[in-house]
Amino acid sequence: MKIKANLISGRTADQGAHLEAKTHKGYFDACTYCELNSADLERLGASEGDNLKVTTEFGEVVVFAKANEGNPEGLAFIPMGPWANAVLSPDTHGCGMPGFKGVPAEIEVTDEKPLEMKALMKKYMED
Amino acid sequence: MPVIKDAVCSLCGSLCDDITVTVENNKITKIENACILGHSKFVGMFEHDRIETPMIRKDGELVPVPYEEAIEAAAKILVNSKRTLSYGWCSTSCEAVSGAIQLAEETGSIIDSTANVCHGPSALAAQEKGSPSATLGEIKNRADVIIFWGCNPVHAHPRHMVRYSSFSKGLFTEKGRKGRTMIVVDVRKTDTAKLADRYVEIEQGSDLLLVTALRSIVNGHEDVIPKTVAGVPKAEVVELAETLKNAKFVCIFFGMGVTQSRSKYKNGDAMSSLISDLNQHTKAVMIGMRGHYNVTGFGQVATWETGFPMAIDFARGYPYYNPGETGANDLLVREEPDAAIIAAADAGAHFPQKAVRHLARIPVIQIDPYANPTTEIADVVIPAAVVGIEAEGTAYRMDAISLRMKKLIDSKFKTDEEIVKDLTEKVREMKRGA
Repeated sequence: MKIKANLISGRTADQGAHLEAKTHKGYFDACTYCELNSADLERLGASEGDNLKVTTEFGEVVVFAKANEGNPEGLAFIPMGPWANAVLSPDTHGCGMPGFKGVPAEIEVTDEKPLEMKALMKKYMED
Repeated sequence: MPVIKDAVCSLCGSLCDDITVTVENNKITKIENACILGHSKFVGMFEHDRIETPMIRKDGELVPVPYEEAIEAAAKILVNSKRTLSYGWCSTSCEAVSGAIQLAEETGSIIDSTANVCHGPSALAAQEKGSPSATLGEIKNRADVIIFWGCNPVHAHPRHMVRYSSFSKGLFTEKGRKGRTMIVVDVRKTDTAKLADRYVEIEQGSDLLLVTALRSIVNGHEDVIPKTVAGVPKAEVVELAETLKNAKFVCIFFGMGVTQSRSKYKNGDAMSSLISDLNQHTKAVMIGMRGHYNVTGFGQVATWETGFPMAIDFARGYPYYNPGETGANDLLVREEPDAAIIAAADAGAHFPQKAVRHLARIPVIQIDPYANPTTEIADVVIPAAVVGIEAEGTAYRMDAISLRMKKLIDSKFKTDEEIVKDLTEKVREMKRGA
């Protein structure tokens, strides 16, 4: 089962507290998830902690599922960081700012696991 | 043991200057008054992965080298490059920013700050329409209606509300939170929204519609408003406009929800017009919630030295500015730079994949105290002292008030200011030799 969602990214306190500790597991835990409301998770057949593959026209990334009832239906949130940036829009519309919010995405449950920070960045070196 | 009072926290744009720091054996052992972000900055620094030594990538691996060798390798990259991108310089002092601008001029580089992925559109909006602002002190003492629009200070600026806004008590706001109306406009019910008197949930990417509708109502054209605007019922929009008009002093704090969503700088542009309209009825101001503690300082220094706040291209021998062309992400997506120097910021973590892919292909020089995703794609890595803890310097708060950061402990690492000076001297030496 796949669902379509509108993807945004942003700051969280946990992500911010690891700004200068990005090689630590705490940073991985703080950034490697996608928040959806419970109804969306139910439609996906996913529980919190399950692996989700988020795909956009710019790439795909695997993150953990997390519930957040503050999200309206169809709105997905991934904390800012290299995982979110694997799938957000590089298009600046000519004004300098990439598309960090409002990217159409497809989300599905997967058996694949989220990559750790160094493994994720290594992929860029191999490209 | 020395206890240092009123230290400035060099983490976010709130730049809290009331931190009490206890130092024992050149280590910070106790912190008072800091939030979770500040605590991690001061105390966490002894647990984080410091870059212990300069490094150069050889056969795919970063290997330790002496400082002089790293400076020489970095200078060589800069001298051989035809189109260098210098990016970041926001978690550092204004003095280092000044040095970085000098280096960019010397090497004909483009220099851009983290505003490129943050409040860059707000700078464009200010250039289009102005940015009616105030100090955070004025907000504390006067603002009776406070809006947080597309920002979440509970997470991003945890002490903002207590020190400067919703919860603070000031001269004409002695009742604190009880005397203020707090409104949150956002696309999801954030932890900040949960504290608000009124939460206005809008459809993602429709900020411009709501700002425009508010302007229409404030200007007496309520009749043109459709039944819903941005997913918000008309009655609610009218009520919001009336609250703003009837306030004594309005401040709209705005964040990435405004600058990164559809319409980007046009959102800030319209908001500035709304502030102007409101000032026909009452007093109103707007302040961007700045992220990096000295991104405001970069804008200040760059503006007084080059005339422009960011995205400054020195290729022509004089400063040229056109953010949709000379912004860091536009350049990288066009695969234009053939080298990059990234300091006091983390493009590896915070740029979209296409930009990072290009960075991974070109020589990258990194100057930073800590290992981060940029380190993974860097070719020359130079460790720096942590400004505000191991080095003093000047930083600008989000309301453009300058504060002097203290040196709290000694460090074996050079400061960004010293590193950029050494690098500039080496570049000049190589150019003279050629």
